[in-house]
Amino acid sequence: MRDVAVVGFAEAPSVRRTDATTNGVEMLVPIFHEVLADTGLSRTDIDFWCSGSSDYLAGRAFSFVSAVDAIGAFPPVMESHVEMDGAWALYEAWVKVLTGDADVALAYGFGKSSAGSLRRVLALQLDPYTVAPLWPDSVSIAALQARLGIEAGRWTERDMAEVVVRSRAAARTNPRAQLAGHVKADELLAEPYLADPLRAHDCAPITDGAAVVIIAAEGRAHEICDRPAWITGFEHRIDSGSLGSRDLLTSPSTVAAATAAGLHSVHVAELHAPFTHQEIVLRDALGLGDATRVSPSGGALSGNAMFAAGLARIGWAARQLLSGDASTALGHATSGPALQQNLVCVMEAR
Amino acid sequence: MTTPLSAPLEIQFDYTRSLGPVLSKFMTALAEQRILGSRSADGRVHVPPAEYDPVTFSAPTDLVEVGPEGSVLTWSWQPEPAEGQPLSHPFGWAFIRLDGADTGLLHAVDAGSADQMRTGMRVRPRWAPERSGHIRDIQCFEPAAKDADTRSSAEKSATASDVTMITTPIKLHYQHSASAEESRYLRALRAGKIIGQRCPACGKVYVPPRGACPTDGVPTTTDVELPDHGTVTTFCVVNVPFQGQRVPSPYVAASVLLDGADIAFQHLILGCDPADVRMGMRVRAVWRPREQWGTTSENIDHFEPTGEPDAPYESYAHHL
Repeated sequence: MRDVAVVGFAEAPSVRRTDATTNGVEMLVPIFHEVLADTGLSRTDIDFWCSGSSDYLAGRAFSFVSAVDAIGAFPPVMESHVEMDGAWALYEAWVKVLTGDADVALAYGFGKSSAGSLRRVLALQLDPYTVAPLWPDSVSIAALQARLGIEAGRWTERDMAEVVVRSRAAARTNPRAQLAGHVKADELLAEPYLADPLRAHDCAPITDGAAVVIIAAEGRAHEICDRPAWITGFEHRIDSGSLGSRDLLTSPSTVAAATAAGLHSVHVAELHAPFTHQEIVLRDALGLGDATRVSPSGGALSGNAMFAAGLARIGWAARQLLSGDASTALGHATSGPALQQNLVCVMEAR
Repeated sequence: MTTPLSAPLEIQFDYTRSLGPVLSKFMTALAEQRILGSRSADGRVHVPPAEYDPVTFSAPTDLVEVGPEGSVLTWSWQPEPAEGQPLSHPFGWAFIRLDGADTGLLHAVDAGSADQMRTGMRVRPRWAPERSGHIRDIQCFEPAAKDADTRSSAEKSATASDVTMITTPIKLHYQHSASAEESRYLRALRAGKIIGQRCPACGKVYVPPRGACPTDGVPTTTDVELPDHGTVTTFCVVNVPFQGQRVPSPYVAASVLLDGADIAFQHLILGCDPADVRMGMRVRAVWRPREQWGTTSENIDHFEPTGEPDAPYESYAHHL
């Protein structure tokens, strides 16, 4: 099987509200140019393009097609799309490269959450017969999971607040983060509940943004960069769609994906945790010890461009290897209510 | 820099869903004020019923009645209910393990305030007065009185006929924004002008404008004012009536290439016999009365023949 590596990554600024359209074109054009310039590639060097987004953010079926304008798709290109976070678009691109159908592939994700009511739209991910007709919003679902953990003694509200403190502090090194700075747990805990037991800071912000990652097969990867981030494991698993029968505290699908990906210990783990308690669930599910730096980019709590944030975690993890700051890393992405579906991408420098 | 134009985009549709054998029994029972769970091979009772066991994938062995009362496994509070949720005043969400069930049913609890919610509290369903075989036949749950309340068992409905479909209304609200280029185009239309955009790389002029040239992947940055006349590159004659049709058939839908533009757009041709429309026919825009103009391409009502000689094929062959 061919070796494939991440060779490039770029992320649009994470903002509360962009003037760009829901097509994503305005957010994508600059980062396509950036990642191509960084890697010395031209768009005609890309053998396969794959996007991740959701028309539910735009309110228009097939709106994702317009994003292809950002590619400059002439001569015609081989491309695909998933109604998922761009991390799953990267997975499809990886399979394409593994099969030999492509040597260099580009995956991108984008989302303009500000166009609609994100909390409400995400209710449509739920069981359409017995749950979605009640319109339980995404924050309320996460809050149920948070209280389960508090009452089981797995974490406290203070533990959750400490996740934000670390996230905002780490994000100070990321000029494109939406929320960064120095905050104290006591100040956070003095804030009122948003959805008891969650406070506003326990939830990722509403973010408009985009991300792009380029991967290449072994021969090409060495031509493109000095220290490719070699993918040693890339797996995703999904838990039952029946919320009430799932174990919401241990994330079995994350455990299964990590095991299948051959995860041992890593220097850096970028975790796609849109809620503070979920970072704790994921750390435990991935067996991360104190030696692992968790989400040095600030993670989703500092900026959560829907359908791009998971891809961005893989990009940020890879960047640690590309820059020589680490020799092993993982990027995690999640989708669905309360960590229903999870993807793990394990990488190493050689 | 002027702000881009935006407008509300309201989406509304009713999903109608067939239920299948397991959920049909569940929904029919709800209409009768009964709650069913499915028993899987390991003896666990799933509520709502599982069509297949999530771990072993085996079909349930049978359906059993559970509740009506249950215990709250965990809860959260909804201080500002959103549209479509079970209650319009603050309420709690909870996973409720109905008596006899092994899993949690997600629903609302009308507890009055967050300090009335407690993991382990006993709750019972409040049934909707009108029931159709739908999860909302349970309006919500409410705290159960400590002493057993026998009312709920006495008020059982008559047997309902089999429910095989449910209808789920969906309403979503968006604020749709035009791009900066689209906004300039729309504002120009309000002034009776048509503005196209030129790509700095290939020099082609796009109308209506796009966020990037689809050939080069770069923003189109130069405004080009275009005349409101051009050439029919291709067309079809619509003979079939359809719902929402504004113009009685037969009528002509054509691709119109404005002079100076590099892509054609679709519009209506009126003012001549449909049989007379041909490729190369020269047309001009017929605008609505000026006082009706807004930021919309609907300012142009249709195109009509100018009477000029047809454009030579070579002049539009590249745009077919």
